[in-house]
Amino acid sequence: MIGSAGESGLTSVTAGEASAEAAKPLPEPIVSDMPLLRIEGVAKSFGNFRAVDRLSLDIRAGEFFALLGPSGCGKTTLLRLLAGFEAPDEGRILLGGNDIAQVLPHERPVNMMFQNYALFPHLSVRDNIAFGLKRAGMARADIKTRVAEMVALVKLEGLERRKPDQLSGGQRQRVALARSLARRPQVLLLDEPLAALDKKLRESTQAELMELQRRLGMTFIIVTHDQEEAMTMAGRIGVMDAGRLVQVATPRNLYEAPATRWIAEFVGDINLFNGQVVGREHSRLAVATSDAGTLAVSELWPPVTKEIVSVAIRPEKVKLSRRAPASDEGASHMINRLEGVVVDVNYLGGITTYKVKLESGALVRSSMANTARLDVDAYLAGQRVVAWFTADDCLVLEQ
Amino acid sequence: MSARRIFARPARLAAVAPYLWMVLFFLVPFGFVLKISLSQTAIAQPPYTPVFDVTEGRQALTAALAQLSFDNFKLLVSDDLYILSYLRSLTVAVTSTLILLLIGYPIAYGMARLPQRWQGIAMMLVIVPFWTSFLIRIYAWINILQHDGLLNQILLTLHIVSAPVVWLSTDSAMYLGIVYSYLPFMILPLYATLSRMDASVLEAASDLGASPRQAFWLVTFPLSLPGVAAGALLCFIPIVGEFVIPDLLAGSNSLMIGQTLWLEFFTNKDWPVASAAAVALLLLLVPPLVLYDRLQRRQLEGGR
Amino acid sequence: MAVGRITRFNMTSLALGLAFLYLPIVILIIYSFNASRLVNVWGGWSLRWYHEFFGDRAMLDAAWMSLSVGAVSATLATLLGTLAAIGLARGERFRGRALFSGMLYSPLVMPEVISGLSLLLLFVALNAERGFWTVTIAHTTLTMCFVTVVVQSRLTSLDRSLEEAAMDLGCDPLRAFLLVTLPQIVTAIVAGWMLAFILSLDDVVIASFTTGPGSATLPIRIYSEVRLGVKPEINAICTLVIGLIAVIIVIASFASKLSSTRGESAAPF
Ligand SMILES: Nc1ncnc2c1ncn2[C@@H]1O[C@H](COP(=O)(O)OP(=O)(O)OP(=O)(O)O)[C@@H](O)[C@H]1O
Ligand SMILES: [Mg+2]
Repeated sequence: MIGSAGESGLTSVTAGEASAEAAKPLPEPIVSDMPLLRIEGVAKSFGNFRAVDRLSLDIRAGEFFALLGPSGCGKTTLLRLLAGFEAPDEGRILLGGNDIAQVLPHERPVNMMFQNYALFPHLSVRDNIAFGLKRAGMARADIKTRVAEMVALVKLEGLERRKPDQLSGGQRQRVALARSLARRPQVLLLDEPLAALDKKLRESTQAELMELQRRLGMTFIIVTHDQEEAMTMAGRIGVMDAGRLVQVATPRNLYEAPATRWIAEFVGDINLFNGQVVGREHSRLAVATSDAGTLAVSELWPPVTKEIVSVAIRPEKVKLSRRAPASDEGASHMINRLEGVVVDVNYLGGITTYKVKLESGALVRSSMANTARLDVDAYLAGQRVVAWFTADDCLVLEQ
Repeated sequence: MSARRIFARPARLAAVAPYLWMVLFFLVPFGFVLKISLSQTAIAQPPYTPVFDVTEGRQALTAALAQLSFDNFKLLVSDDLYILSYLRSLTVAVTSTLILLLIGYPIAYGMARLPQRWQGIAMMLVIVPFWTSFLIRIYAWINILQHDGLLNQILLTLHIVSAPVVWLSTDSAMYLGIVYSYLPFMILPLYATLSRMDASVLEAASDLGASPRQAFWLVTFPLSLPGVAAGALLCFIPIVGEFVIPDLLAGSNSLMIGQTLWLEFFTNKDWPVASAAAVALLLLLVPPLVLYDRLQRRQLEGGR
Repeated sequence: MAVGRITRFNMTSLALGLAFLYLPIVILIIYSFNASRLVNVWGGWSLRWYHEFFGDRAMLDAAWMSLSVGAVSATLATLLGTLAAIGLARGERFRGRALFSGMLYSPLVMPEVISGLSLLLLFVALNAERGFWTVTIAHTTLTMCFVTVVVQSRLTSLDRSLEEAAMDLGCDPLRAFLLVTLPQIVTAIVAGWMLAFILSLDDVVIASFTTGPGSATLPIRIYSEVRLGVKPEINAICTLVIGLIAVIIVIASFASKLSSTRGESAAPF
């Protein structure tokens, strides 16, 4: 393997992102040492438009990998490149060490579950599942047992003779899954497989997919729009923007240590304060912001090199209180306090979100868990409060 | 190679045979029509000169070219018969297309507003006559319209007329026959656009204060214009060259261009003049044909 | 469009339109069973004119000629038209595409006198003997365009991810087409064949140009009889043709129903 990054648990991203990638403070779980699938500098243009732009990525055997990104960023195109429906303009796609970039789709040990399921309307459930096995020249008896096994796996017993148009949306989705799993592909590609399902069904299917993937030991690459879904299912998440991978990380690292300001805003909610580094003491920075005064921020590896930065803090890490909490000087948890007025309260069941207007006019978002049934702790619009957060919870993002 | 491109190559190979067929039996024949329209009438078999033989080579070709003449076209523009039949063809086609629109639109509109399960049946009912022979349908009308035919019998028994009316061999009979034969061609494209129209568009119009009549003229009708164009072209172009209907139903004092062509060809055996008439007719039809080709392509290929 | 109230206007225009379309045919069929020689005097029910037809050698020959031209040309047209539709619907852009589609779409509206005349001139130039084959070729040329339109519109409406899924599951393009695409366009192909057959059975003008002496088709016969006036025997022949067409339509619609419910477990694996 040339320059395998598998050992360190890090993934090689395009050169520009490599340093940002190293910013992750938490170690990643290692699935396997060897990359099963290696994408090297793959690019694909439609006319003048670059849908995938020199993208590199390693996927390890047995991994559950999610691709996340805004609409039109090239996720589907990347999957189609892997399945063989598109050929890359440049770069290589290595599967188990062999370049498959020019191999036709029907000769690849990769299967795809289509977003619209693409079930063959003229074939029964059984024939749909058996379709790929027949193409592979499997013996009749083997096909029969494999189909039965697949039907049981996705819990479709009794529906084998139905046609796709006699099935519910969720059942169709299972048939599509069974069909793409039946050939035991080395890599299964799933393009927004759960987008058409309602929330409850989606959640139970997520669990089933994870269970299946673990049981079969297959490699899954899933495209999704739903951040929660990606975080729930995937071991690692790759965030794409404009045809490039901007960060590859575990769900936790992605959320707690986003590599760029764009990712921080794309994944979850965040408060951002622009400012300038004015002081540095031990591993603590003082950042003078125009909106929230001077903030204390813990500096992690690697050191911040730029002067102009943004301080970022997730809403659930911003607490509200009526009076400023006391802080003893020199304590490890240095606390930032911002005084303001509550202007907006949103009760969401499990949590309540608040917007606090600072004297500068800037808004700070805070969300707090509703741990008690009665609202003795709740703040009301118009109330003066102190919003506070620790230096350790802050992130420094370079522009 | 994209998935589409993987399919493109075998698909293009599949098209080779029909391509060659159409070139040989559709395109090349026009070359012959053009050539013969430029040659001279002769009492011979085939009845025209020059008949050039490719095997005689280049010299024969230039000799033949020298013999080509525009006499037939000169005849076309100088003789009243041809000019009049062109004009008549155009008048008949324009009038019939307008009548067809006036009749076809309400029917298509009515069909599109039927409950969903009735629409399929209505559609069937409109298509089936189109499947039954067109000649037979004209013949059916002759049965009804003749001197002692059903229509006159009914009119006489109801004392609406006192003597049998002459229906056959009149322009009214011809228009009736044309409208009858071409009605499905007008209804189907109209119905296709009207039924595709989103119901919420009309609801939005009435929500914004349009009366049903205004909603129709300001929303429905403008949106159905592509269907109107398709239906009108689908009727207009073949009607211009129509032969059988005017021949069977209209009087013989003024002819349509299709009849003139037929007459020159079969009765007068004047192939060059018939060919010249065909070329002139084709030239007349080029603009609507191009328009029609565009519409067809947009519809079948989604503006590819 | 709104599935709104069925207004009286809508209902009336529909009913009148349908009556206009059907009444003449119904009257024709009824009168074909008329015993009287006078076409307009009702003389009671009888099959007399059907007997007459089945004793008329020349008419029977013409009918046989028409049926065989129809069957052969419809089959050829279905083959060529389906191939053309595949080329247009799946060939993407290629050189000569505009010419190809133009050649296929314009015969749909081209006046028949032009098509007939031009084909005749071709056959004369090729020195081909006119008769069965020239009419068959002429009809194939015209009707394959209708088949192309029918099949092409079905092909473009198909979900292309089905073909991709077939390839993903191990089919080369040809197999993907045969196993996944073809079963879905079979009804369109059958409809195309029927349309071609019926159009061929209907044509007077092109057949008049391209046929030779002694091989008239049924419509040519009917046409020359009709020019001379109404004859009861023609009523009977027309009724038979209508009956034949009705049978074809019924069989075809049953076949398409059957294939959509029973499905394609008989698909050739
Ligand atoms: N066949 C094509 N021809 C031209 N442009 C294309 C083609 N396929 C995709 N694109 C363009 O490439 C870009 C990436 O498309 P892609 O389908 O990969 O996006 P995506 O990330 O899957 O988006 P979504 O989340 O909306 O599904 C889009 O801007 C799209 O318009
Ligand atoms: Mg997508």
